[in-house]
Amino acid sequence: MTLSQPSLDAAVDALTASPASSLRRDTIRNILRQRTAVVGLTIMLLLVLVAVFADVIAPFEPNVSMLDLGLPGTRGLPPCIHLLGCPADQTQHLMGLDSNLRDAFSRVIHGARVSLIIGLATVTVAIVIGTLIGAVAGYSGGRTDNVLMRLMDVVLSFPSLILAITIVTVLGTGLLNAMLAIAIVSIPVYARVMRASVLSVRESDFVTASRALGESSVGILSRRILPNALTPLIVQGTLGIGGAILEVAALSFVGVGAQPPTAEWGFMIASDRNLFFSAPHLIFFPGVAITLSVLAFNLIGDGLRDALDPRLNR
Amino acid sequence: MPRFIIRRLLSSVPVLLGIIALVFVLARVIPGDPCTATYGERATPELCAAFEIRYGLDKPIWEQFLIYFGAILQGDLGNSLRFGRPVTDILVERLPVTVELTIVALLFASFVGIILGVLSATRRNSPVDVATMIVANLGVSTPVFVLGLLLAFAFAVLLKDTAFALPPSGRLSPGVSVVPLAQAWGLEGLSGPPRMLLNFFSNMYVINSLVTGQWSVLADALRHLILPAVAVGTIPLAIIARMTRSSLLEVLGLDYIRTSRAKGLKERSVITRHGMRNALLPVVTVIGLSLGAFLSGAILTETIFNLTGMGKTLFEAIEGRDYIVIQGVTIVVAVAYLLVNLVVDVSYAFLDPRIRLS
Repeated sequence: MTLSQPSLDAAVDALTASPASSLRRDTIRNILRQRTAVVGLTIMLLLVLVAVFADVIAPFEPNVSMLDLGLPGTRGLPPCIHLLGCPADQTQHLMGLDSNLRDAFSRVIHGARVSLIIGLATVTVAIVIGTLIGAVAGYSGGRTDNVLMRLMDVVLSFPSLILAITIVTVLGTGLLNAMLAIAIVSIPVYARVMRASVLSVRESDFVTASRALGESSVGILSRRILPNALTPLIVQGTLGIGGAILEVAALSFVGVGAQPPTAEWGFMIASDRNLFFSAPHLIFFPGVAITLSVLAFNLIGDGLRDALDPRLNR
Repeated sequence: MPRFIIRRLLSSVPVLLGIIALVFVLARVIPGDPCTATYGERATPELCAAFEIRYGLDKPIWEQFLIYFGAILQGDLGNSLRFGRPVTDILVERLPVTVELTIVALLFASFVGIILGVLSATRRNSPVDVATMIVANLGVSTPVFVLGLLLAFAFAVLLKDTAFALPPSGRLSPGVSVVPLAQAWGLEGLSGPPRMLLNFFSNMYVINSLVTGQWSVLADALRHLILPAVAVGTIPLAIIARMTRSSLLEVLGLDYIRTSRAKGLKERSVITRHGMRNALLPVVTVIGLSLGAFLSGAILTETIFNLTGMGKTLFEAIEGRDYIVIQGVTIVVAVAYLLVNLVVDVSYAFLDPRIRLS
């Protein structure tokens, strides 16, 4: 009796389905058991809410100057909060005004949206390309593997920020190119993770079985090997989101990332740097925002890693 | 051991070639024309033609690469398009600033990071441990430029006129100057690479003032280095502290530690003589891996504390399309990074016999 490919697939999927879903349940339970990961999840949830409802939360448009609204204000005005004793006849600015007389609070709130997109998009691009390179390298082996991985070594042999700055200079300054540059410099990490996973399961019996049944290389890679590599990729990716937010902010800070009037945290700090000694709040609040969002993803990443590490589950 | 080092050295050669090629390509595809960037509105077609011939930019790209590659092998990084000076001269002047900052930051991060890590591991779940881990998590997540600016604000503005006040910019206070080593040692007649090496060390003010005994200069240079070094060192410090903690915790659970306790050793020697010896291995690796963070941090921090090191040189060169300088800076930084990683690998093999024997 022979089994057709679809029915075999169904059988394999059915066999693997229940451990997979229980793994997911265990993972979630393990994460929720860790206090730090819960803190991370809470901050991230808040960030997402702030990003989604930025238009509702922010009292002003992020790029509108008080001058345009006919409201009074001075450059670098300190925070004015009515609850904390700021006179009621003054307009309330929770984080003060920036050097262009824009409401800093509204800009920080809108910055959450920009930064979350930056983190997710950058890491997604890096994961997709890195996974592809790692999968091809690990699966084909031999010369292809050697050439691809040496290429990754070259990229890794630069301090990432310096290479990213050079790449943005080539591509032209701007937020999108800064994101692309950070994605490019983080590709090797994902390529290495993927390659290691491919190598560890390439010779397994279930891969040999699929090959014997005539499954194509693409099929084996995507249906048999990739699912096994997902765990380390997800952990690395979560930690990578924090890193990407931090590095894009650094590029914006040195002037090759976000351009005016984008409400990007790194760029906000750079553009109000000259007012720093008189208006430190303009550095402090965007700085805290960057730290909190990076912290959130780092904590979740650490939590995921611990939750998925079977040695720690006992 | 020598075989391990040779094998490791040989494996770096293709990566080194790759670095040189990648930097060359990146620098050539930067949009904008170096002639216009150098002369601005004064650039005429005749002037630019002469400019291109002078710098070999009229030759085919592969020929330019071969010439460049040959020159690099002889230690010649070309002449800056903007200043007309050899890039090596600029590097001898400015690289020491970055190197000095990186070394001081590295010492700070390793020293404090390991102590914090040990404290947290030995007093697990105590307030010290919790506080250290909170600081470590915050440290990893804080951008170095925000930390640098906040430190500058705290120590130069809030603590102004107190004993804790620290300078927010520059390398030395006005009126303080350092005597170059060549002058101090009467070696002004020296030339060529030995002179460059001497100037290189001479431009590291801490080392210079230390070996020549200019104590007031040393104190001033160190005072200027504290804030940038703390800013650069904090992220790696956090990583080192976390690694030391988890690595020591793992080692402390092993049988031989129980044995050493059982035979009545003092807790201090159990930890320092038995625990740390094994726990330090991953810490050394992590310090090596953090070098990229140190260098990137140094480059960002230089812009905040107004230090003319590699960072400032790179940004100026990018702005002026001075791609000979961009190439030089990037290659030197990448090669330095490669070499230091090599040293870390070798020291790791030295610490752990299993690696060099495998």
